[in-house]
Amino acid sequence: MDQPFAIETRGLSKHFGDVRANDELSLIIPKGTVHGIVGENGAGKSTLLKMLFGFYRPDGGDILVRGEVVRFQNPMEAMGKGIGMVHQHFMLVEPFTILENIILGSEGGADLNAAKAKAREDLKELEEKFGFDLPFDEPVERLSVGVRQRAEILKALYRGAETLILDEPTAVLTPQETEQLFGLVRQLKAQGKTVLFVTHKLNEIMAVTDDVTVMRAGKVVAVRKTNETSAAELAELMVGAKVAREAARAETGEHKVRLSLNGVYASGDRGHTALTDISLEVHDGEVLGVAGVAGNGQTELLEVITGLRRLARGRIWYDGAVIADEKTTTDPITLRRMGVAHVAEDRLKTGVVESMSARENAILGYQREADFSRRGLLKLKEIAKRAAGYFESQDVRPRNPNLPISSFSGGNQQKLVIAREISRAPQLMIIGQPTRGVDIGAVTKIHDQITELRNAGKAILVVSADLDELLAISDRIAVMCEGEIVGTLKVEDSDEQTLGLMMAGEKRNAG
Amino acid sequence: MAGANKKLPLWAEAGLLPTLNLLAAFLVSGLVIWGLGEDPFLALSLLVDGAFGFQEAIGYTFYYATNFVFTGLAVSVAYHAGLFNIGGEGQAMLGGLGLTLAVFLVGDTSPFLAIGLAILGAAVFGAAWAFIPAWLQAKRGSHIVITTIMFNFIASALLAYLLVGPLQRPGGQMPESADFPAGVGLVHAHDLLAMMGMEFEQSPLNVSALIALACTFAVWFMLTRTRFGYELRVVGKNHSAARFAGIPVARMTIVAMMLSGALAGMMGLNEILGEQLRLIGNFTLGYGFVGIAVAFMGRNHPVGIVLAAILFGALYQGGAELAFEMPNITRDLIVMIQGLVILFAGAMEHLFRDPIERLFMRFRAREAA
Repeated sequence: MDQPFAIETRGLSKHFGDVRANDELSLIIPKGTVHGIVGENGAGKSTLLKMLFGFYRPDGGDILVRGEVVRFQNPMEAMGKGIGMVHQHFMLVEPFTILENIILGSEGGADLNAAKAKAREDLKELEEKFGFDLPFDEPVERLSVGVRQRAEILKALYRGAETLILDEPTAVLTPQETEQLFGLVRQLKAQGKTVLFVTHKLNEIMAVTDDVTVMRAGKVVAVRKTNETSAAELAELMVGAKVAREAARAETGEHKVRLSLNGVYASGDRGHTALTDISLEVHDGEVLGVAGVAGNGQTELLEVITGLRRLARGRIWYDGAVIADEKTTTDPITLRRMGVAHVAEDRLKTGVVESMSARENAILGYQREADFSRRGLLKLKEIAKRAAGYFESQDVRPRNPNLPISSFSGGNQQKLVIAREISRAPQLMIIGQPTRGVDIGAVTKIHDQITELRNAGKAILVVSADLDELLAISDRIAVMCEGEIVGTLKVEDSDEQTLGLMMAGEKRNAG
Repeated sequence: MAGANKKLPLWAEAGLLPTLNLLAAFLVSGLVIWGLGEDPFLALSLLVDGAFGFQEAIGYTFYYATNFVFTGLAVSVAYHAGLFNIGGEGQAMLGGLGLTLAVFLVGDTSPFLAIGLAILGAAVFGAAWAFIPAWLQAKRGSHIVITTIMFNFIASALLAYLLVGPLQRPGGQMPESADFPAGVGLVHAHDLLAMMGMEFEQSPLNVSALIALACTFAVWFMLTRTRFGYELRVVGKNHSAARFAGIPVARMTIVAMMLSGALAGMMGLNEILGEQLRLIGNFTLGYGFVGIAVAFMGRNHPVGIVLAAILFGALYQGGAELAFEMPNITRDLIVMIQGLVILFAGAMEHLFRDPIERLFMRFRAREAA
């Protein structure tokens, strides 16, 4: 019992195919502390949690709970060892009352009323200890998100949780509810519980944790005492240094404006304001990088430019002509014909059709061009020839365009996508996350290609979560935070520190 | 290599799996028949003989199969667009109505014109009946599974109303229309073969079987060779990628459903214009629903659908013969056998698929090593 570590992992690894979702993770979470885990989407946080809670079995390494090596086969065993988890999406039965939800799965017999009476007694004690005040007999569906979350936490405690994992707990909360949650977390700590607080919001880490582990690309990149670090440092660590490499950038001089946005507003999928008063320009022969922590409007920015999302206000010009305002949008096919190519940010969701062959994916978006179809008929030979050409020019492996695109690695998929998008010599390239999920070898090649296009006088806008990537390939970097552009810097004047601060919301303007 | 190459080779996907599913269905059916005190092997041979043993049987088998080709293709076109059309039944009824109206519109002035218009009428009415749920899905988000199934009831009620009302045979008591004018109907296979100097026993098999084959080819061509088919499949697989590629998802949803409805509607050609030569209430007899099983058993591939349709045609025809020959085996038991085939081919597909996929993965891993 005097083991000081609530949870420890040693060289914990989990692979999915070739992807190392978790690569030799070693962390130590002392008992009675609030431990933060931060990282971008895809950094491997969820995989780690799923192993800790028994959803996944590790491929290598150990998990230790209070000094004892455990091999969870399922979440029940994890709960048995005192680990409780509050999922991002609550696991509550909505028409049931809080009390019914809490005893669900641990009723202990056929007599539900007896179980409820007993639970009510037991819960009273927990309530007093941690300062809950929950309406036990209300159906969950009538309660606010904040109350539901507290019910989830109480449920975990009722099952004897000593360590609580909170997965993105504030994603759905209002600021007031978030404050309440923080209060509860502090209370839990005061009572000797351990809390694992997983988020990508840095201010929350700063507000509530004792220690913080930063993850990137499946690895632990840093462990800090919260009071010895800063949001800016964490931001920098999160996006981190992948390949520090200076691309050979030629002087292209001042060129005409290819794309310009003026006072653009747009709503996101949930109806919130995703873009606020965005104005920017991209010139020929220039790479404009857009930086920011994920979910700050970058996705919507890509979508408004590429004709996939309506503007609420403002205007977008391409080559001197309006392509979008609050009344009109130009459809993606017309935009492609005008010379706007789009490398979609979420490759598997948008950029390719997973179950189709690489050959069929090679014409996605260009299927109506005369090269690929005539009078409604596909030119199969032409398509096959073109796909084979892409495979050759980009060195895509394995060299078989008939395989489904999903059987290629991320890097090879992306090479194919880029080949497709540059095939029609676009004037403007809109690129989202050029190297997400791409192996290091392909990263270099893709960066070189972007630089070549720039040197050839094309205008390029790149959104990336990877600061080093942006520093390596951009001429200027615009930083987004909460749907606004907080500032635009020339790459000569940017460094990770400054950009990190701006990503956390600090306004800057120069360049 | 989890998930990377999970696909089975074509022969296993299209041959081995359906065969195993079918064998399992026959095994369970055989046990039931054995339990009833009959000889399962004798039953099987009666069934096969009843379906393929003599010319008339073959004619009936292919006659039923024609219905299933139409409804199976209908389900699969919608399925390729990511839509589950279970309204084939209602769309077929409307198809029958459309062709009947066309026939009566032209009357006996020109049988040729009447038949031509009737084919068009069947397709157009089927398509129109599918349009409404499709539009509601595309523009209002009403789920197509719910709306198409409701439209089956509406179609049935509409037909019932018309056949005891405006369209009822003058002076008649049955829910059916007047007979079509003489000469308005599709040529029977035995007549066609007789014209070519070949003798074939009489059966309801008619020219719509050829129309069904033409539709099969057209659907295959559309899906694999045309830009429209490509765009339809993209929409079916991934809406987000479809929008990225500039494909209007809502419009594609509507068009795909209308094509599906047209194919289902053309089932009326076989039943009404090929055999009954008058519109009768509920002539669809569940063929629209069986089309779902046919499409799934045929892996939504046009050739597979034709094979699955023949299988179901054989079950219908051979089953009827079997029920006739064996006193203990009733019509209901035949329905149960069909149900088992649907169960094993559709709902319990993973029973065999998963182990076989695992087996193949192990083989492949060994080869790779």
